[in-house]
Amino acid sequence: MIVPLEQVLLLAGLLFGLGLICVLVWRSNVIMLLIGIEIMLNAAMLVFVAASNHWGAADGQVFALMIIAMTSAEVSLALALVVYLHRRRNTVAVDEFRELHD
Amino acid sequence: MNAAQLLFYLLATVTVLATLFAITEKHPVHAIVYLVTSFFALAAIFFLLAAPLIAIFEVIIYAGAVMVLFMFVIMMLDLGRPEQVSRPGLLHWLPAITLSATILAALATLLEVRTGSSATLHQIGVKTFCVTLFRGYGLAIEIISLQLLFAVVGALYLGRRRRS
Repeated sequence: MIVPLEQVLLLAGLLFGLGLICVLVWRSNVIMLLIGIEIMLNAAMLVFVAASNHWGAADGQVFALMIIAMTSAEVSLALALVVYLHRRRNTVAVDEFRELHD
Repeated sequence: MNAAQLLFYLLATVTVLATLFAITEKHPVHAIVYLVTSFFALAAIFFLLAAPLIAIFEVIIYAGAVMVLFMFVIMMLDLGRPEQVSRPGLLHWLPAITLSATILAALATLLEVRTGSSATLHQIGVKTFCVTLFRGYGLAIEIISLQLLFAVVGALYLGRRRRS
C-alpha cells in the first residue's frame, strides 16, 4: 500500500459526492444523469480495488470487474432508452415524460 | 514521501478536478472529454494500487467503449447544443449540497479515527486474479454473462424501427 487506506477512501468519497451532486443537480437531463451514475460506480470500484490491495485478496478486483460488466450492460440499455425516447418526443428532458401511455 | 506517493496525490488531484469540471460543464461533449481525463487518471491510480488488469479494463471499457458510446449518442441525437440546456436552479442545488455535506462530515470522522495501516505490499498478479475469478465466482460470471445478453436483447428491442 503506497498510501494509507483512509486517503484512498477519502478520494473515493469525494468522487462519490461529486457523482451524487451531478445526479441531483442535473436531474432533468438524462445524459448528465447517466454520467453521474458512472462517476459513482467508479468511486465504488476504487474502494474495492483499494481494499483488495490493503488486505491482499483478489476478491476486490473480481468485484471491480463485475462492476465494469454491469456498467457496460446498464449504459447500453440506458442509451438505447434515450434514443427511443428522443425518437418519440424529440427531447431528452426527463420532465417531459410523466405519462405512462402515449 | 516517495515518488509513488507523490504520483498518487497528483493523480487524485487530476481525477477530482476533472470530475468537478465535468459535472459543472454545460456542453455535454466537453463534459465527456473531462470525464475521459478523469478515468485515465483513475486507471493510473488503479495501476498504483497493484491492480494492472483493472486499470487496463478501465481504459479499454470505460474510457474507450462507454464514453465513446455516450459521445456517439450525443452526436447522433444532436444534443451538443449548450444554449438549449437550462441551468439548474438554486432549488436543485439544495438536496445535493445537504447530502454532500453529510458525506463530507462522514469523511472527516474517518480521518479522525485513523488507524495505523500495515506497510506490507501485497502484489496480486493476473494469475491470482484469474484463479480467484474462475474458482470462486463461476456462478457470478454466468449471471453477468446472462445480464449482458439481456442488455443486448433489450437494446435491440428498443432500437428497432417501428413501422407505422
